[in-house]
Amino acid sequence: MTPNKMWIAYMTVMRKELVRIFRIWAQTILPPVVTTSLYFIVFGTFIGSQLAPIHGLSYIQFIVPGLIMMSIITSSYMNTVSNFYFAKFMRNIDEMLVSPMPGWLVIAGFVSGGVMRGLIVGFFVLLVSLFFSHLAIYNLAILIAAVLMTSVLFSLAGLINGVYAKGFDGISIVPTFVLTPLTYLGGIFYSITQFPEFWQKVSLLNPILYMVNAFRYGFLGVSDVPVWICFSVLIGFTLIFTAIVAFLFKRGMGVKN
Amino acid sequence: MLMASAVSVSNLKKTYDTGVEALKGITLQVEEGDFFALLGPNGAGKTTLIGILTGLVYKTGGEAEIFSHDTATDASRAKTYIGLVPQEFNFNIFEKVEDIVVTQAGYYGIPRAQALKDAEPILKDLGLWEKRREPAQKLSGGMKRRLMIARALIHKPKLLILDEPTAGVDVELRRHMWTFLRKMNAEGTTIILTTHYLEEAEQLCRTVAVINKGEILINEPMQSLLERYGEKKLEDIYINLIEGDSGQTI
Repeated sequence: MTPNKMWIAYMTVMRKELVRIFRIWAQTILPPVVTTSLYFIVFGTFIGSQLAPIHGLSYIQFIVPGLIMMSIITSSYMNTVSNFYFAKFMRNIDEMLVSPMPGWLVIAGFVSGGVMRGLIVGFFVLLVSLFFSHLAIYNLAILIAAVLMTSVLFSLAGLINGVYAKGFDGISIVPTFVLTPLTYLGGIFYSITQFPEFWQKVSLLNPILYMVNAFRYGFLGVSDVPVWICFSVLIGFTLIFTAIVAFLFKRGMGVKN
Repeated sequence: MLMASAVSVSNLKKTYDTGVEALKGITLQVEEGDFFALLGPNGAGKTTLIGILTGLVYKTGGEAEIFSHDTATDASRAKTYIGLVPQEFNFNIFEKVEDIVVTQAGYYGIPRAQALKDAEPILKDLGLWEKRREPAQKLSGGMKRRLMIARALIHKPKLLILDEPTAGVDVELRRHMWTFLRKMNAEGTTIILTTHYLEEAEQLCRTVAVINKGEILINEPMQSLLERYGEKKLEDIYINLIEGDSGQTI
């Protein structure tokens, strides 16, 4: 395929994804926006108004970046895991596999779909957050880098889950029992500086902590961890997950015999 | 006139992880412009062979080429020549008919505006034009079959592979599909057809290969096969071949 044809193929995948995301908006966009709005209302407004400032910020201001990041992480992950699994289950992934699209482009298509949904959901959650808090942007470059890298990372993770999923249970186990606990314990609702030293060290084992803090730094200029460490962790995990996906693709991604 | 090979397969082998030996080193050629019947009972290796040709199955030995392009080392080029109509419906039933066809064109690098133009005559020929804005789930079974053909044709493949395209289709529609496929073949498209309707193969195809247990039993022009067996129909010849190979009476 020529680069021009590859670009057309890639844009075709993107268009298909965009149409799908908005066609089933009640499943893809609305739930995270509603859920996050409830967090804003309950934790941010009702409970948060009675809490002391964190890093000199009101509680609602402090949690907004984390909640946006949580919706981006969940949406990116769920998009690729469900999309890839259903394409595998219904065999419509064959439409791509019989075409001359190179394998890496098929993977890029799925990952980009996850990133796109993460960004769309993140944008709507950001809009909702403006009803509860005003947000200043401290460092736009860091904010964009954190969003893009995190959504790529979790799109890759979702793809890996989709490859191994053998049934509908298989696409919900990791999000429910791994992703959600790690996200909730990833410093969205608190600063780890509020913890005793031992629990601070335990918290540092959670990779999502670094993503939330990188994003929060981009918005508010505060972070529990130095930003360069946050990005090092992001880059490290992204490389590892890319290598795993490349390996799985070479083995047929669970869709080739 | 010397014709090039549309498909060239040499000593092709496939053993699945389960240990099942689906292809035991088969060799065959399909000439450009041919209408080729690939027959065999269920589990004979037909779909595995098609899977290897189309890049859906990894071979474990031998060579396979599409218009002289190796399906393993030059897969991207080889795939540009193939249109595949698989056995099972495998499109997204929630997508619109036109989107399914046009999106497939996009995977081949055809711009959307061009694909929309190209889709019109194909959808009209196959009686799907009026349904183009409908989600695929609202189509009848026969229409879904035709949609799979439309999707396979959108990039104007030189080789069309049909894996049991008329399974479960009523007689009238089957005849309509025969006419359509004859027209495609007359216009130069090489066609490989697998079917369990042997009358269909006899009516349409100029060359026939019978595969059983991963081995080719015969591969010759339809006419010479029928003449060699005298007055017999293809169905009788086929049953004799399979019975003989299995050492049993059906």
